[in-house]
Amino acid sequence: MNDFVNPTIEYAQLWPILVVFGVACLGVVLEAFLPRGRRHLSQSVLAVLGLAAALGGTVYVGLDLHKFGGGAARGLIAAEGTIVVDGPTVYLWGLILVFSIGGVLLFAERRLEGGVSAFAGQAAALPGTEAERQASTQGLDHTEVYPLLMFAVGGMMLFPAANDLLTMFVALEVLSLPLYLLCGLARRRRLLSQEAALKYFLLGAFSSGFFLYGVALIYGFAGSMQFSDINEAVRNDASNQSLLLIGMGMLAVGLLFKVGAAPFHSWTPDVYQGAPTAVTAFMAAGTKIAAFGAMLRLFYVAFGSDRWSWQPMLWVIAILTMLVGAVLAVVQTDVKRMLAYSSIAHTGFLLTGVLGVQSASELSDGQVTSMQAVLFYLTTYGFAMVGGFAVVTLVRDSGGEATSFARWAGLGRRSPLVAGVFAFFLLSMAGIPLTAGFVGKWAVFTVALAAGAWPVVVVAIGSSIIAVYFYVRLILLMFFTEAEGEVASVTTPSLLTSATIAVGVVATLVLGVVPGPVLDLAGHAGQFIR
Amino acid sequence: MTATPYVVLSAIIFTIGCVGVLTRRNAIVVFMCVELMLNASNLALVAFARQHGNLDGQIAAFFVMVVAAAEVVVGLAIIMTIFRTRRSASVDDASLLKY
Repeated sequence: MNDFVNPTIEYAQLWPILVVFGVACLGVVLEAFLPRGRRHLSQSVLAVLGLAAALGGTVYVGLDLHKFGGGAARGLIAAEGTIVVDGPTVYLWGLILVFSIGGVLLFAERRLEGGVSAFAGQAAALPGTEAERQASTQGLDHTEVYPLLMFAVGGMMLFPAANDLLTMFVALEVLSLPLYLLCGLARRRRLLSQEAALKYFLLGAFSSGFFLYGVALIYGFAGSMQFSDINEAVRNDASNQSLLLIGMGMLAVGLLFKVGAAPFHSWTPDVYQGAPTAVTAFMAAGTKIAAFGAMLRLFYVAFGSDRWSWQPMLWVIAILTMLVGAVLAVVQTDVKRMLAYSSIAHTGFLLTGVLGVQSASELSDGQVTSMQAVLFYLTTYGFAMVGGFAVVTLVRDSGGEATSFARWAGLGRRSPLVAGVFAFFLLSMAGIPLTAGFVGKWAVFTVALAAGAWPVVVVAIGSSIIAVYFYVRLILLMFFTEAEGEVASVTTPSLLTSATIAVGVVATLVLGVVPGPVLDLAGHAGQFIR
Repeated sequence: MTATPYVVLSAIIFTIGCVGVLTRRNAIVVFMCVELMLNASNLALVAFARQHGNLDGQIAAFFVMVVAAAEVVVGLAIIMTIFRTRRSASVDDASLLKY
């Protein structure tokens, strides 16, 4: 009989994740025991405190990483080989936590709806019935959204840190399931919101089915779920190539769905438009960051030595995604929907970065690596998206948020500040110099060029130009078009939303003017450990 | 004896599930087909675990069951709400968001 050996859990490195999950569970308990009146305040404060504590912990872990080996790839494999805490992981944790604090602040905003949050008073009450009217006159709120958000954040942190396929699958579900629910909880336009939840759920479950079957096939190929073992098998095992290729393709379907790449993008506009805007802001930034982290780790670590199999696929998908995103955004007449298509185009640009050169040794001094470029792009993208959607929550008419272009006409004359801020976010998304987006685009294009992916870069530049057209068109609409009919006006938000928008503006400006420090930080994150 | 027949069976089940998701109209049936896909993966995982002689795949199958159960909870809640509002669980009826 063998002796029992305790599994070792590296609490010192893992506690940011543990804090987030702990706070999520605590939130569920509070929901059960606190009287209704106190829930909103205590839940939102608890969520912000938990995220701030986790962010502090992430910084601390990041500063401590050099203990675990020097060089570009440093960190440790924790929790019996299931979770990796290395430079990129810590950077992504930081990003996710920053944007989810922004998300909580937007969730907690109550002034815009006149004293209630943007979430349904009682999700179970049918729209248009007495029960719903009662729920809204009593000022009910769904405060469950905070624990749900915390679970999603925990899943997002686990996703790019997973070191085996099973952990990755579980993380994928932990991040997705709460988001499906959050999408369906809008206070206004309940039908759209529920429809978004249904579509997101059915397509999300479908894609995770593909991901899981890919897991099974890769396990069949390699005999192990660990990325390092898979890499070993890819390198040495020439038999069963079909298992490897089909498995790789199916895993890619699951991940590309989550990042919203064409041809798996069709959920994105519907869900972004139908979901409560605060959820859209959080989801647009968080999911994409987590999924790109996971995609990089899977392709670089597990399938790194087989890049000739997956790179052509990503070439095609990157080109397709950029074109679909940019071209379809041109014909949109709804602000949220246009931003959704623009986020698809951004996915394409990020994929361009994924195609770049991975190791610093292949590059001359001063060039950025693929990892650095993608991490930086995710940073700029996140600030612009969270800020942009936060502005969308402010522009309202009698029916709640007004998102159609007709209502936005002439907004710049009525509220120059808000329209100016939104225009600034749009310019950053378009990649105009002196905004963060420009540096991000420049970084991903150069890494792709250095890897010889010039056809992709040519298409990327082309779709950037198309993208400039539709961003500028909206800016022109806001500032130079006369308003006709009923128009939206800007509601003054509380400090919560204003703070989120302000941070977004400052970060976008600073990252555009002096990108050096953050670019260095992303470079300092180094490489994945294997 | 190889694991091939089991893997082929799992591939057939997966395909049935996949085709079902794409062709059926009722959200509940679509959802059942997704579950079929997950179960096909379970079968493949267990077959491969047997072939490789380690337990990773079997453990994974347990995790998948738990995840599938959680997914049922969330999914049925969403489908129920939309059924109560629209009096229909057809995925074709939910078509306010398009283009």
